[in-house]
Amino acid sequence: MRKLQFHPCGNFNETYEQELTIFETDYGRLSMLIGLILLFAVVPFISSAYILYIINIIGIYAIAAIGLNLLIGYTGQISLGHGAFFGVGAYSAAIFATKASFPFIIAVPLAGVITAIVGMFFGLPSARLKHLYLCIATLASQFILEYVFVQWEGLTGGAAGISIPSGSLFGIDLGSDRNFYYVIFFCFAVMTWMAVNLIRTRYGRAFIAIRDNDQAAEGMGIPIFQYKLLSFAISSFYAGFAGALFAYYMISITPEPFNLWLSIEYIAMIIIGGLGSIPGSVFGTVFIITLSEILSNITEFLMNISPSISGAITIAPLREFIYGLAIILFIIFEPKGLAEVWRIVRSSFRLWPFSY
Amino acid sequence: MEFFFQILINGLSIGFLYALAALGFVMIFKSSSVLNFAHGELMAIGAFVFLVLSTWAKLPIWLAFIITLAGSFSLGFIIERFFLRPLIGEALIEVIMLTVGLAIMLKGLMLFIFGGDIHSYVDFLPQTLTFHWGAIEIPGVYVATFIVGLIFLGLFGFFFKYSSQGIYMRSVADNQPAAMALGVHVRRVFAMSWAIAALVCAMSGIVLGIINGINVHEVSAVGLKVFPVVILGGLDSIGGAILGGLIIGVLETFTGGYISSGLREVIPYIVLIIILMIKPYGLFGLVEIERV
Repeated sequence: MRKLQFHPCGNFNETYEQELTIFETDYGRLSMLIGLILLFAVVPFISSAYILYIINIIGIYAIAAIGLNLLIGYTGQISLGHGAFFGVGAYSAAIFATKASFPFIIAVPLAGVITAIVGMFFGLPSARLKHLYLCIATLASQFILEYVFVQWEGLTGGAAGISIPSGSLFGIDLGSDRNFYYVIFFCFAVMTWMAVNLIRTRYGRAFIAIRDNDQAAEGMGIPIFQYKLLSFAISSFYAGFAGALFAYYMISITPEPFNLWLSIEYIAMIIIGGLGSIPGSVFGTVFIITLSEILSNITEFLMNISPSISGAITIAPLREFIYGLAIILFIIFEPKGLAEVWRIVRSSFRLWPFSY
Repeated sequence: MEFFFQILINGLSIGFLYALAALGFVMIFKSSSVLNFAHGELMAIGAFVFLVLSTWAKLPIWLAFIITLAGSFSLGFIIERFFLRPLIGEALIEVIMLTVGLAIMLKGLMLFIFGGDIHSYVDFLPQTLTFHWGAIEIPGVYVATFIVGLIFLGLFGFFFKYSSQGIYMRSVADNQPAAMALGVHVRRVFAMSWAIAALVCAMSGIVLGIINGINVHEVSAVGLKVFPVVILGGLDSIGGAILGGLIIGVLETFTGGYISSGLREVIPYIVLIIILMIKPYGLFGLVEIERV
């Protein structure tokens, strides 16, 4: 067996393969393996039901956040409608499951495809223009889709929503948190693997070229319109896929969760995690969901110690304030997000005691 | 027919309000090409400061109005200085994200202080303002909106046309490097445009508060409606913003009056998508042609 490779002091890429490699060192590959083993064999057995629920939610949101990062972080196109696309996925999965009684394994990817088509429709007018137009068009799509969720009662059940029978996969019932945990994190691992590799293909490199300079990209022969639309479709597919998982996990869905606030939450996740970084999307999701759980626990705690202030303090505004502050601070002081913080911490350990 | 005219008048008044709100937006976009997502929140801040001063502290209305406008003006300066200036030269996407962050931070702060309820001002408009024309009645608030709006549009017209500061702002909007080469202090112009935009926001927030009562959620929803307005009118055209505001306002009230009230909130965004499909630079927007 060859010796494990550690990080060299600098970038010494001699071939294109070296530049394209996912794990710069064997150490990275090893830690991913350990992480996967922990994720699948240890975490579901040691965590309590509440923790498991939060981890499941993190997994679902992380899939959608990776999709948004492919769009914003890698292609440089801003979307403010990711929450609504997440909702489109949830609703299509719910409709497939109840009206057409499709099995879980077909309904979820199909929901992703439907969302990708819806996303492409809204991306169509704006992908022709520079990025701020996509941002505005997706804002419009957010409101239009919310309206559709509430008003198209024949299909979406209006404000009452839809209840979904719990899915089953290969004869195993997915009603329990632990069974669903495996589904979510299997999907999560596959989707992450796909996203990481997508960036290494010609498509991913074209996305990055468009982000960095769209005119230069066009000059190099990248058909910008098709690639922007493709990026938008992929991002919507991720959102829809995650939304479908969310619908199955939540058993019943209503239009409320899929509002503009959810879209902003996704944006907060990827900015705090790190734009243009797949691990960053996951870090950001963990950060935001944990923060929101901690804040709601604090509010609950305050309510318990003195009921008189429970009326004065409500969780939502405090949460909004902290998210907003976090977005601003990260943009001003660490635009590359937690992923960069993580890299700095790692390299300062690696280079200790001579940090140069 | 009466119903028709009443709706038309309501629509025009709301449209005028949108036009005022869009004016501040276009001003920021024109001079610094920043899409400001915190627009509605700036409006809400102005409205709430006026609420505190006029209704809670019981200051005279004119004094409260002046203090509010002065406060918003300095708030615009502060926002530009502390949040936007560190990002000069950064990618546009980060600046847009920053305004999104600013929006939710300010919204959270206001919800925390004032809660999500509807507040209303003391009734200070004289009843004589109410205008009757046959059976059609124009409420006093709308007349006041119209008058105040016209005064401010006129003032801004003069400001941009004749004052040196206004001419600097137009020059920066037109061609930033050229303005810089001619000795215009571009950073000061950015700060100035944010300050003026915040002032305009505060004013439209106050007017909105007089008409509908102030509620954080509602005001920030109106703030987002400037997007359909400016897309319709052209992102960088002040005349377009006014016309776009009137069209969107009328369209909204007609949809609400004749079709359904649910559709009313969405129709501006449907128009937005249609406009982007057929005439992406709006009615009066500058068509940017980029060739490679």
